[in-house]
Amino acid sequence: MTASRPEVIRLDRAEAALGGRRVWSDVSLEVGAGEFVAVLGPNGAGKSTLLKVILGLVPLAAGTASVLGERPGARNESIGYLPQRREFDPSVRVRGVDLVRLGLDGGRWGIPLPEWLPAGNGRRRAAARVGETLELVGAAAHAERPIGELSGGEQQRILIAQALVRGPRVLMLDEPLDSLDLPSQRSVAALLQRICRIENVAVLLVTHDVNPILPYLDRVTYFAGASAVAGRPEDVITSPALSKLYGVPIEVLHASDGRLVVVGQPEAPHVHSPRHG
Amino acid sequence: MLSHEFIRLALLAGTPIALACGLVGYMVVLRSEVFAGDALSHVAFTGALAAAAAGIDLRAGLFAATVAVAASMGLLGPRAHADDIVIGTVFTWILGLGALSLSLFVSGRSSGNGAGGVHVLFGSIFGLGAGEARLAALIAVGVIAALIAIARPLLFASLDGAVAEARGLPVRGLGVLFLCLLGLTAAEATQAVGALLLLGLLAAPAGAAHRLTVNPYRGLALSGALAVGALWLGIALAYSVPSFPPSSAIITVAAAAYLASGAATRLRRREVSRLAGPTDP
Amino acid sequence: MADAPVAFATGGGLTLNLADDVRQLLTYHFMVNALVAGTAVAVMAAVVGWFMVLRRQAFAGHTLSLIAFPGAAGASLIGVPAAWGYFTACGLGAVVLSPASRGGRARSAETAAIGTVQALALGAGFLFVSLYHGLLNGISGLLFGTFVGIADGQVTALIVVAAVAIALVAVAGRPLLFASLDDEGAAAAGVPVRALGAGFLLLLGLAVAATAQITGTLLVFTLLVTPAATAQALTVRPGAGLVLAVAISLLVTWLGLGIAYFSPLPVGFWITSLSFGLYVLARAWRALRGGRR
Repeated sequence: MTASRPEVIRLDRAEAALGGRRVWSDVSLEVGAGEFVAVLGPNGAGKSTLLKVILGLVPLAAGTASVLGERPGARNESIGYLPQRREFDPSVRVRGVDLVRLGLDGGRWGIPLPEWLPAGNGRRRAAARVGETLELVGAAAHAERPIGELSGGEQQRILIAQALVRGPRVLMLDEPLDSLDLPSQRSVAALLQRICRIENVAVLLVTHDVNPILPYLDRVTYFAGASAVAGRPEDVITSPALSKLYGVPIEVLHASDGRLVVVGQPEAPHVHSPRHG
Repeated sequence: MLSHEFIRLALLAGTPIALACGLVGYMVVLRSEVFAGDALSHVAFTGALAAAAAGIDLRAGLFAATVAVAASMGLLGPRAHADDIVIGTVFTWILGLGALSLSLFVSGRSSGNGAGGVHVLFGSIFGLGAGEARLAALIAVGVIAALIAIARPLLFASLDGAVAEARGLPVRGLGVLFLCLLGLTAAEATQAVGALLLLGLLAAPAGAAHRLTVNPYRGLALSGALAVGALWLGIALAYSVPSFPPSSAIITVAAAAYLASGAATRLRRREVSRLAGPTDP
Repeated sequence: MADAPVAFATGGGLTLNLADDVRQLLTYHFMVNALVAGTAVAVMAAVVGWFMVLRRQAFAGHTLSLIAFPGAAGASLIGVPAAWGYFTACGLGAVVLSPASRGGRARSAETAAIGTVQALALGAGFLFVSLYHGLLNGISGLLFGTFVGIADGQVTALIVVAAVAIALVAVAGRPLLFASLDDEGAAAAGVPVRALGAGFLLLLGLAVAATAQITGTLLVFTLLVTPAATAQALTVRPGAGLVLAVAISLLVTWLGLGIAYFSPLPVGFWITSLSFGLYVLARAWRALRGGRR
């Protein structure tokens, strides 16, 4: 299945270190265009570090990485990135649509000119692109309201629109489902899968709970024990594969509703908290 | 009223200064850095008095002190944001130095009153000379141009720093640059409304603009317009009521605009909730 | 009220004999008054300030301290004792600010409101000063503090206020600590978080109004924030932090008043420099020990 798709991200025996401390090593993975990949693992296993490596913000200590055929950081304009979400301050009085527009042209100096001025074609196109993206993620209805007044799920859609507005080939999301209620988690996951299929965007989603997105996934990368394994969910989330990764016996249970439960992790199982640092 | 030279000079210098305050203030409120502006206004006092005590041009000390402190706040603070407690601790000490400068300045002069200090603290827009007014206007125009030039990336960095950084924007550099602009604005506004009152021109029009519109560029323009309006009205008010100091008058008008904006939003919200049905608590 | 920042060195001068110098200090009634009032204020400011630093309400506290200025100027204008003006203005200020300042990290809308209140108050103060021309010479005393003009009645009032404030903190200290550290958890546990917040702001206003009478309205932070920030840099234990803040506050007040008596430089300069110096030392010590922020 992956062989038919052009590869967008490849890591080969890569090792990452933060402040002299090795986070993980010997990690190899590849992501093809239009694939929906989950990056799993317990807290502190280095999931967010992977995203920073792909963005070129953290240099590799060993091994090689290529992103869209070049070194990490060289093609960042083609990557949409949602950092681990802090919620917006409720008193921020700026519209969602402005935030999405900044995703399009926020790096340019000066202020945007009004559309009625001469030579406003580019600006009208920009506004149209913002509107289109908001439609795609289903956020058009609340984009005119101040971002601080929106609910967590509505903010998340605005932010996905912001990351998508430049038509990236890779979309990376760090814990986007955290602090969302279960129906919102499902609908955001379904939306991401739709984006993979319609726009042919490779989606990398970091999460500590695979269950809400399991039906939509193509592949997973599971970080633990200072390394990672990558592959299809049914190959990676198994008792033998995870036991080898952690170095201690791990059991993967299949609940009657299809949920996967990983038992016996060395760290205390992550308790879902409403506020995530 | 316009036949008086001092009024014309006050308008010449005050208009661009107020516009700079309004534009910079919008970003200050958005970035929750009002307290930094507050601290810089106090630094302005020390800088001006230290220069006066040393016998050099007041404005040299004013600009040097505010820009130096603004830059170090940006460089030392996490993510180019300054920490409130550090600001509070440092600026109190700087004000202590201001008290020292004031006493040295006063005891060094035969006339021996604190009028110079009072002018720095509370401003004297009607006392500007022609050269002073022209220079102040020029610097203010420079600040306005610089702010408009960095407005869009700064907005991005302020709203969504992590994403802006991933996009390759110099988020830290923008933060430091912005604090330097804030320092320059504080030094400018000290000449118009004084070190203690300039926070009113920074915070009140910007706060009103944030309440009245959610479109950031419209907000920026509105904030600038409100600040200029407050200055004009304040000057007119002070001119017609001689016992009303111009600085107090300007700040009163600005604060009134802020209060009115609060009332306006409340009315509008009531209107909306009345139309939408009883959903709003 | 005399022009305070101007050098005040009437005594016989420094003899470098500590006992003699202290005896010389205490022969002057105004000096005794200043030391007694300074002690009461230092203890109260350190205790209240420690909570203020914990609650990250430095901006609101600073604004309250500046509101003391129009209070004092207005009181002089209508001819009532300045202390009344201090307490009335700061109490009113706390009431006005309490909807805008809910503690925690300053938010954009709140900071705009607080800043506007502050500037408006100072503008009013300046108006009062210019209406009452006689005050112009005392303006720097109001702003930068004085220790020569503290009357006996004022000393008594300050001691009473300090005692009340410390008693209030002693009664409400634990729920206040809870609410300051974790407002949602405290609310869930039945602590009246909103009422505590408003009450604390009133208490802060009280402390500020008292402190301003010694340090001047501009330098209130030197006793309110700096000792607390120093203590929190040195220890993470609440009890030890409070004691340490009080000790630092007392030390800088006594030393500052003592040095200012013998030196031509103003008292405000000495107290701020001493407390800031201790703060820098504390930060440096912690940096040397390798402690992280």
